[in-house]
Order: sequence, then C-alpha cells, then structure tokens
Amino acid sequence: MKNEQSHETTKKFGMVINLDLCTGCGSCMVACMAENNVPFKPDETDKLKSITWMRVYRLTNGKSFPETDICYLPRPCQHCEGHGGHSPCVSVCPATATDYDSQTGIVSQIYTRCFGCRYCMAACPYHARYFNWFDPVWPDGMEKYLNPNVSPRMRGVVEKCSFCYHRYQAAKDRAYVEGQREIEEGDYQTACTQACPAGAITFGDLNNPEHAVYKLKQDANAFRLLERLGTNPKVYYISSKEWVRRAADNYLPNEKTGK
Amino acid sequence: MKIDRRCFLSLAIGAGAGIALSPLPWKLTDDLAIWTQNWQWTPVPKRGAAKTVNSVCTLCPGGCGISVRKIDDRAVKIEGMETHPVNRGGICTLGLCGLQLLYGPTRVKGPLKRVADRGKGQWMPITWDQAIREVTEKLSAIRKSGRPQSVATMSGASSATLDALLDRFGQAYGTPNTIRFPSVDDAYHLSVSLMSGGKARVAFDFEHAGYVLSFGAGLLDGWGSPVRMFKANALWKQSGVKLVQVEPRLSRTAAKADTWISIVPGSETALALAMAHVIISESLYQAEFVESCSEGMEGFKEFVAAKYTPDIAAKMTGVDAATITMLAREFAKSKRPIAVCGRGQGTIPGSMDMFMATQVLNALVGNLNQPGGVWFVTDQTMQEWPEVEPDAAAKAGLAYPRLDGAKGMVPLKRSLPNQFVQAVASGKDYPIEALLVIESNPLYTLNDTALVKQAFSKIPFIVSFSSFMDDTAAYADMILPNPVYLERMEDVIGASGFPYPTIGLSQPVVKPQCNTRHVGDVLIQLAKGLGDTMARAFAWKDFSACLEASLGDRFKTLKKSVFQVDKSYQPPAPNEIFASERFSFIPRGIQADVAFKPIAAEGDTGGYPLMLMAYDTMRLSNGYIGNPPFLTKILEDTVLKNQDCLIEINPKSAKAAGLDEGDRAEIQTPKGKALVRIHLDDGIMPGIVAIPRGLGHEAYDVYLAGKGINVNSLVGSLSDPISGFEAAWGIRAKLSKA
Ligand code: SF4
Ligand code: SF4
Ligand code: SF4
Repeated sequence: MKNEQSHETTKKFGMVINLDLCTGCGSCMVACMAENNVPFKPDETDKLKSITWMRVYRLTNGKSFPETDICYLPRPCQHCEGHGGHSPCVSVCPATATDYDSQTGIVSQIYTRCFGCRYCMAACPYHARYFNWFDPVWPDGMEKYLNPNVSPRMRGVVEKCSFCYHRYQAAKDRAYVEGQREIEEGDYQTACTQACPAGAITFGDLNNPEHAVYKLKQDANAFRLLERLGTNPKVYYISSKEWVRRAADNYLPNEKTGK
Repeated sequence: MKIDRRCFLSLAIGAGAGIALSPLPWKLTDDLAIWTQNWQWTPVPKRGAAKTVNSVCTLCPGGCGISVRKIDDRAVKIEGMETHPVNRGGICTLGLCGLQLLYGPTRVKGPLKRVADRGKGQWMPITWDQAIREVTEKLSAIRKSGRPQSVATMSGASSATLDALLDRFGQAYGTPNTIRFPSVDDAYHLSVSLMSGGKARVAFDFEHAGYVLSFGAGLLDGWGSPVRMFKANALWKQSGVKLVQVEPRLSRTAAKADTWISIVPGSETALALAMAHVIISESLYQAEFVESCSEGMEGFKEFVAAKYTPDIAAKMTGVDAATITMLAREFAKSKRPIAVCGRGQGTIPGSMDMFMATQVLNALVGNLNQPGGVWFVTDQTMQEWPEVEPDAAAKAGLAYPRLDGAKGMVPLKRSLPNQFVQAVASGKDYPIEALLVIESNPLYTLNDTALVKQAFSKIPFIVSFSSFMDDTAAYADMILPNPVYLERMEDVIGASGFPYPTIGLSQPVVKPQCNTRHVGDVLIQLAKGLGDTMARAFAWKDFSACLEASLGDRFKTLKKSVFQVDKSYQPPAPNEIFASERFSFIPRGIQADVAFKPIAAEGDTGGYPLMLMAYDTMRLSNGYIGNPPFLTKILEDTVLKNQDCLIEINPKSAKAAGLDEGDRAEIQTPKGKALVRIHLDDGIMPGIVAIPRGLGHEAYDVYLAGKGINVNSLVGSLSDPISGFEAAWGIRAKLSKA
C-alpha cells in the first residue's frame, strides 16, 4: 500500500509569499472567493463567521507614532505535512473528510464526508478552516458567475483553501490530452498567485529544483508560521524585517530568530 | 419487580451506553449530515464550453486589460490579461469583483420613471420608446422656449468618444454646461500649461526611476493605474530603488515605503519648497537643464530663501530641518529621481500649489521628459468629426457663461463640478432646468453632500443614465440604464500616469443582462428626435458607428486586439519641448506667493481641535462604482463593524478626548456631524482623525446601503484660487463621546 506511488516522483506543492512585496490590497482574497464559489452575506464584519480561505492579516510592531510599522500577511491553508502527513487537522477528523494527499502534499477537504463536528477547526493552529453556519445565498441572478469546477458548499460543513486543487486536475487533464507530458510550473498556478498584482506570491513544487519556490524557500529571510509547533507547513514567507519574522512564531523577548 | 431510583438510573445509563456503542447514533448523525448536504437550494453550477474573452476594464482610469473566463454564455471569472502592457496579467481587488456588478442585485433592470416624491424609491417601469419620447419632449420644450443653456450634463465617462459626443451634444443643443469630473490628471495637465505653456498628459516612467518621493500620493493605495503601480513597487524593492512617502498617516503606501515622513497635512508644499531651497543653495540642481530650458530661477531662489528655509518649513510641517536637508540632498543626488503628488487615489484634483511645487523639484533635478522621469505625453487622437453647425437657438445658448465659471484660461477642457453645484444651489446667473447624469454619482462623490442635494432639489428634471441604483439615480426623475462595462463597447485613450500612449477598446463580454441601452445610442436617438441641426450633427446610426468614425482604421484591429500601445514612444526632448517656451519656476502671470500658497482647512482651531482627513483604500471603491459585496467582505473590522464606521485616531489624541477603542463617538465638523466608533491606531499623527472614502451610501443594496458614513458629507468644498478645482483635503473637527 505504502509504496503504491513510488514509481512517480512525489510532488510537494507549496508557496513562498514575499511580505516585502505584499501591499495588503486583498486581491488574493477576492480572487480566491471568486474562483472557489465562496459565498458572502449582507454583514461580514464578524470575522469569526466570515469565510475567507485566504485571509490577509495586518501585523504591527507595537510601537507608538511615528515608530509604528505594519506588515500584511496573507494566510491560505498552510497544507501542513506534520510528520509523514499527520497534519493537525487530518489526524483529528473522525469522518476522514480531510486527508493528506501524499502525491501532491495537498490537504483536501471532502464536503460530502464532513459532518460538521469542527474538530479540525479546533486543531488547526492557523485558523485556516471555516464553518458554514449558514446556507450560502447568492442574490437572484448572481449564481450565474459560479465556477462549475468547484462545488458550492452547504450549511454544516467545514471548508478551507484547497490550493485550487481543481486547477491541478485541469492541468493534469490538459497535459494528458497533449500527449501525457508532465505538468509544468506554469500549468498549475493558484488563483491567488495569479491575481496578486504585486507578484508577492510564488507557487510551485517545493521538491522540484526547477521551480521558483525551490530556491525562494531557501532565502535567508524565509520562515514559516509557528514552525516550532512541528506542523511542517508548506507555505513559506520572506520578510526583511526582523520584527515580522519574530511575530511569526512564539519567540521569547530575548530569543534569537532564524535557524 | 420494583424499579427504584437507583435501578432506573443504572438502566438508563446502561441503555445510554448501549446506544452509544451501537452504530445507531453515528449512522443517524451521518444520515442527517448527508440529508442537510442535499438541500436542493445549494446551487449546482452548470457545466459547459469554456472560453476566454479579452477586454479592457473601465472601472477606474487605470486602463488594465482583462481576460474573462466564460462557461457557455455565463461569465465566471475575471483575470488580468497577460499580454496587456499596463497590468501584465495582474488585477486589482475591484477588477476581480466585476461579475458581482454585472450580475448584482443593484442593477437597474430597465427604464424607470419616478412615481412618488423624489428619493422615495417608488418607480414605474416604462418602455424605452416612452423614456426617449419624454426626455426628447422635455429637451425640445426647453430649447423652444429659448433656454438651452439651462440643460446640463455631468459625466464621469471614461470613453473618449462618449466624452466627445457629450461635448457635441452641448454644442448642437446650445448649452455650455457640459461638466466632467476632473482628477489629478487634470491638475497635472494644468501645471504643465501654467509652467511651460505645453499641452500634454503628465505621466511617470516609474519603471526606470531611481528614487521616488511621493507627497501623499497613494501609490500603493490605488493611485494612477493601481496594478501597474504595484508592479513598479515590486521592481523598486528588487532593485533597491528608494520610495519616500510624505503623509500624516501610515497608509499602505507609507507602510511599504523605505522612509515614511509624517507631516502636518496641508504643509507638503512647504516641505517641497524648503527642499528646493536646499537644492538651489547647495547648487545640487541640474545646471544644464536649468540654464538651457528654464527661466525664473532667480526670482524663485529669492522667494524660497526668504520664506522657505528648512528652519521655517520645520515649524510648518513638523518635519525637522535636518531631515528636510537630508531629504533634499538625497533626492537631488539620486539618479533619475521622481517627485509625485496627488492625494490618495488622485480622484480629487487638489490644489495647484502642490502640483507646481512638485514640478519645480522635478525640473531642478532635470528629470522632465527623460528616461525614468516625468513625461509630457501626447496621446493618440481621435479622427475629426464634421463641424457642428449650431443654429440660432444654440448660438444664443452658447453665448451664456458656463455656470461653473471655467473658461478659456488654459488649453484644456476644464470642468468644475464643485463650482457648478455652488452656482446651482445659490441660483446665481441662471437656473438649470434639466440635468443628465452619466456614469457618475455626484450626490455621493462631491464634497459637501448637503449642498449638492440642495442644488439638485432646485433642478426640476434629473435623468440618470446609471447602470446601478446609486445615490444620484435614486434621486432622479428618470433612469435610462446604461449597460455595464462588460456588456458594451467603448474606447479608452491613455492610462492614468502610464508613460506610453495606449488605446483600448472594451468589448461586450456577455450579452446585455438587463433592458439597457448605451448612453451614446440614447444621445443619438435624442438628437434625432430633436431634429434639424441636432439630427444633422448626430447623423450616425448608433454609438458603434460613432466609435468607428472616431477610431477610423483602428476600429477593426482594436476589435480583435483589444488594445494598442506605442512602446517605442519617446517624449520630446527637454531642449526641444522647452525651446519655444521655457519651463518657468514661477508660473507666468502669477505671483510666487499666490502660486505656492497652500489651502488652509476649513474651520477654526479653537472650536475644532482635530483635523479630519478622508483616506482611500484598495478595499473601498469610492467613485461612481459602489463597493461590490466581495470588497465590503474583505474590509477590516477596524474600518467597519456591523453598520458602524470606525474612525482612526492616535491613542494619545483619543486619551485626551476621553475615548477608548470601540467607544461610540460623535464627530462634528463645520459641515455636519455623524456617529462613529473609535479605532485607536498608532499609525496616525496625533491631532488627526481619518475616515475612508466609499462608505455611507444611502442607495444600492443590502450589501452596501447604510454601512458607515459618507466622509464627503462632513468635508466642505474649497476651490483652488488658480484652477478652481476642488482643493479641500480635510476639515477641522471635534470628537465627543456619544
Ligand atoms: S494580492 Fe498580493 S499584494 Fe495584495 S494582499 Fe494578496 S499577496 Fe498581498
Ligand atoms: S493550516 Fe490548518 S487546515 Fe491547513 S493543513 Fe494545517 S492544520 Fe490543516
Ligand atoms: S490557493 Fe486557491 S484556494 Fe488557496 S487561498 Fe489561494 S486561491 Fe484560495
């Protein structure tokens, strides 16, 4: 069973987000919602109930005027690998509704299996998961723009960023039709990566030395969120600001950052 | 057997354990989950044939190319067009929301006629025939009675051809009151004509700049062509180009800048002039340009030496003298430095002193019309149409002065909606009897909303051509809805701030979703109905024919290619452009202290200890286009909470006023008051409070109406003494606990 896929090179899709470039505009959030049929309500100001697979956080250095500094941090699902695919959310799901795909490293969410116990939400240290407290409602006529490649979710299930998995499937189909070639870097890009007007997000196979993310993740200023929890996330960040790198993990005041 | 309490309990527990161990509850939970998941009201999007249609986005003056993904006849996603030179595949937040505008609940589905009192929201659907007939009758009656000048148009249309068509309508009908909404582009344009007599669109070769100094321009908050600016910033970061942001608030631009200089608002000109003083007195200026291309340097030198030394400016700006000197040296010694201004997104033109001071800095470093500098761009032009032959009625109407007071001072079509509104409200000169509102929402976007409303209440007949039930449409007598940008064909000439001449033709991506007609088509039909010279001036079959007439051969190619860009464009060299008329450090005919005099904010410091500023953000659309649901969804809860608007204030100032995070408070300005909530933020200068533009709509739908407050209703209007443009950048205010 275990070595079933051993004849294939395993991929490990991931992101490197350059926080020096991110301006906090929110295009990635909107692109994700538009791509993945994420609904909206008349009032979305209760952020605990607002579904945004991608969410841009605003960090501050805590200093007073004029020493204040801010940094924006886009947070999709981190697609944690944990140790050998034991991501926090996957290990607690009683319904196997969320799973770690060893071929791509993508943590999936299967809505029709999810029965809404929300253990995964409690387990995810990144608040990357969202619960559908309400039925999604699109005003009359607006359901026209729904993307047929992503199924809209119903009340009572958990959802989260899928690394736009449907785009991976489409890329594989295309590659198959075009003569069973391997899919290339440009064939599979997530909606947020593509939309970011600042070019802050880079997406690709972290295992593939040809892909841009492979090099970028080795940047001296690269780090991951809450790394020390052992979640082994696949989203890397780059920031030239020390205070930002510190804010990314639970550092003690005098502790040094970095490896 | 007697069942006692203990026995009952153990039985109950036993039964409970039995049920829990049996698969029954789990099976039932699972079934319940599956059942709820099969509720048929969760839509299942239909599959179909996929294709992509390219077009040009006209939601802002940025002129980006878009690629719209379609499934059969449905548009399902808008993405940036990879090959478009302006946005190169990127797209902004608003552009991504376009389909929510197209399919949204706030669209006007067909022509409407008001049945109850104005603004009461009671409408009767009418046919297009009736709508056009009634408007024609009205316009015909006014013209016949000899008052064509009392018909006005207010337009925010991005289409150059539509703009020309509206001018032509005014010419043939006989009204001088064709009002457009000016922006920083117009203020820049005017600065060029005042300082060098030229006629050009001002653009910035940011991609090749070596240093960027911005006086409050929200370069990363939606200024110019937003996506292009984001990409330029990424380039600066990667190649170590320094960005300095001068602004009282830690905006997104300030946060991304290498240096943020917080400054007393309204004193930016003083900083620029003091920098000029340092550059001149330390001989850091580009002697060659100054000697061969400019004049007035001596007078200017004396002026700044007397009034704007770093020490004097430090007192006005709150920036210390050493920093000013350092900044001046850094700017002048950098390769290809650019100074830029135009507050926020630059939708309000602002006062001329700032623009002229900025151009002075660019001239001192000789970075006009150079690679990596400020360019005077001549865009592609439209083909000439046959001259209008105004009849006697039209001639008489055109002899009246424009109500906004703008007249041939500069070689520029200048409009002053702010002054137009004042004239109408005060009943000065002559009344306006009919107003046609095109692609704009003046009742919301203009400062001093109460005055605009007062002016509009005096106009007996208001026709809105809006696609949406916006604040102005809701107050109109008739709505003749225009198709939205994804359903119509229009030309866009030039992209704001972009240095290469571009021309785009937006394409109908989907067929019209509502019973709409293009405003160009309606104008042609109205003209035909009015007959005689009007009909002759509008001999085209429809707007598409009109587009063809203005684009000529380019029409057919543009239909396929969507855009054309002249990437080989070079602006005329300085010694060429300034040969006939030199760059003048002090605009000719204007005294230096008049030219560079900053506009003071309205209100006295005693009664109003704080300063209120409006700010722009990428997450709020603040012009004609109202915020689509996705954009409102991503607004931070520190900006909007439930229906309340949060006002940004420095913790120190809040403490002084006895206010804390989340408190309800009343903000009062000389123009009005409103209820807000407090948000403490260290990224804003003490003494200043800030509210974003784009909230507080009365009209639209449940996703936007009634959320927050409209900051424009709290800020009065101030006209720049030189240009007449709206120059108010804030207003004095006070906060009290509510
Ligand atoms: S779209 Fe890009 S720049 Fe904008 S918030 Fe997302 S990552 Fe940052
Ligand atoms: S970020 Fe959260 S949801 Fe995503 S894989 Fe990690 S634990 Fe699971
Ligand atoms: S990868 Fe796809 S699903 Fe995940 S945040 Fe980006 S757009 Fe959303």
